[in-house]
Amino acid sequence: MNIGVLAVQGAFREHKLAFEDLGSKVIEIRLPEELDNIDALVIPGGESSTMAKLMKNYGLDIAINEFKASERAIWGTCAGAIAIASEINDFPEQPRLSLMDMTVDRNSYGRQIASFEVDLEIESFEEGFHAIFIRAPRILKIGDRVKVLATYKNDPVMVLENKILATVFHPELTQDRRIHKYFIEKLVKNS
Amino acid sequence: MSETIIGSTKVKTGFAEMFKGGVIMDVVNPEQARIAEDAGATAVMALERVPADIRREGGVSRMSNPEMVEGIIDAVSIPVMAKVRIGHYVEAQIIESLGVDFVDESEVLTPADEAYHIYKHDFKVPFVCGATNIGEALRRIAEGAAMIRTKGEAGTGNVVEAVRHARSVLGSIKSIASMPKEELMTFAKDHGAPYDLVLYVHEHAKLPVVNFAAGGVATPADAALMMQLGLDGVFVGSGIFKSGDPAKRAQAIVKAVTHFDNPDILADVSRNLGEAMVGINIDTLPEEELLAKRGW
Repeated sequence: MNIGVLAVQGAFREHKLAFEDLGSKVIEIRLPEELDNIDALVIPGGESSTMAKLMKNYGLDIAINEFKASERAIWGTCAGAIAIASEINDFPEQPRLSLMDMTVDRNSYGRQIASFEVDLEIESFEEGFHAIFIRAPRILKIGDRVKVLATYKNDPVMVLENKILATVFHPELTQDRRIHKYFIEKLVKNS
Repeated sequence: MSETIIGSTKVKTGFAEMFKGGVIMDVVNPEQARIAEDAGATAVMALERVPADIRREGGVSRMSNPEMVEGIIDAVSIPVMAKVRIGHYVEAQIIESLGVDFVDESEVLTPADEAYHIYKHDFKVPFVCGATNIGEALRRIAEGAAMIRTKGEAGTGNVVEAVRHARSVLGSIKSIASMPKEELMTFAKDHGAPYDLVLYVHEHAKLPVVNFAAGGVATPADAALMMQLGLDGVFVGSGIFKSGDPAKRAQAIVKAVTHFDNPDILADVSRNLGEAMVGINIDTLPEEELLAKRGW
């Protein structure tokens, strides 16, 4: 199984290491043709406005939408969750992939000094998950088909729509691989 | 639900990870900050004068005025960094209270302390510090730096010093990783490096924080060179806004850092950029004008 990690900018190496730990082969994606040989795509954290521009430069935005149409799984973390949202509050001009029916608000929990760590309860996980939120987006609104898997102070922070997963925190920054495992087992292998 | 923790090492170093594969650009006003953001910068560094002007005009260089920093914070949605003088922890307190996202304790400004750097663990805001070799890098990390960059020789448009510092730090990492355990303590002693961090490098073959290039990067090729050498991302100071077409050059450097190992794309983005900043040969500079010598 090949997992593609979008590598235009951001914390792609941490996702790569996490999936390699779990025995997957990981391919770094910088150009559209590189999507051909992967079974699932991860869009990592980073700077969402930078990533949006770099995806547009060489047509990755269009190619990722075609990738979604082929029913393969996609997971966005933090900036990646912004990239896959259908609406970005206050930034209607920011390019986005619109893969999931949700509205996000960038840097909604505050600037860097407000970035935080907290334990979350995640649906179907037996134990809590230590989550790191960095200048995180807030999910303001979700469509009817979007399922909430975890919340923080009543905000959804991990959501699923068909084969598209979004987390506004950073599972790749800890050694806990359960969400990476969940992604492989529930969304990639079930294809 | 458990307690929420802010300002932890994990949150600081994790934030630094998000800048990887990106370009952080020096800006002196909100207009330049917007140009940098539009070009795809992952962050802007707010400062009063770019290093090339500090070098030309001389005088004492200090942190930027609060109103200038706030103007830049209001102008962009990407993270904002700001410089403070080496050892000047009150400047750092002020910059933190303004809501700046990252502090650069920088040799580009006039040092405020000739012996000591800031104790950075005391702050909730993360710090980046320059380093010319492994000992310096690990001392800064022990003091709490969440990100390391090469010093290079800022404001010269000459990448040679950044290359020297990158090769020195990365070469030492390789040698520590392959060293027998009994040699690590003597290495720590010889380089003035904290032993526990030498041990970390031995076990992980990397620094515990991200490692960026800075000082003298002026072209897309310079930026890609630093990435191919093995650094995580690039700071560009005078190189953008001292060039003929800043917006275009900024975009080109952003693309060059993403596609650093693709010569066809590098050739393409290097076309028609207009004049690069005028460079300075570092061996013509008098010793007392070398910024990389600052820091201890």
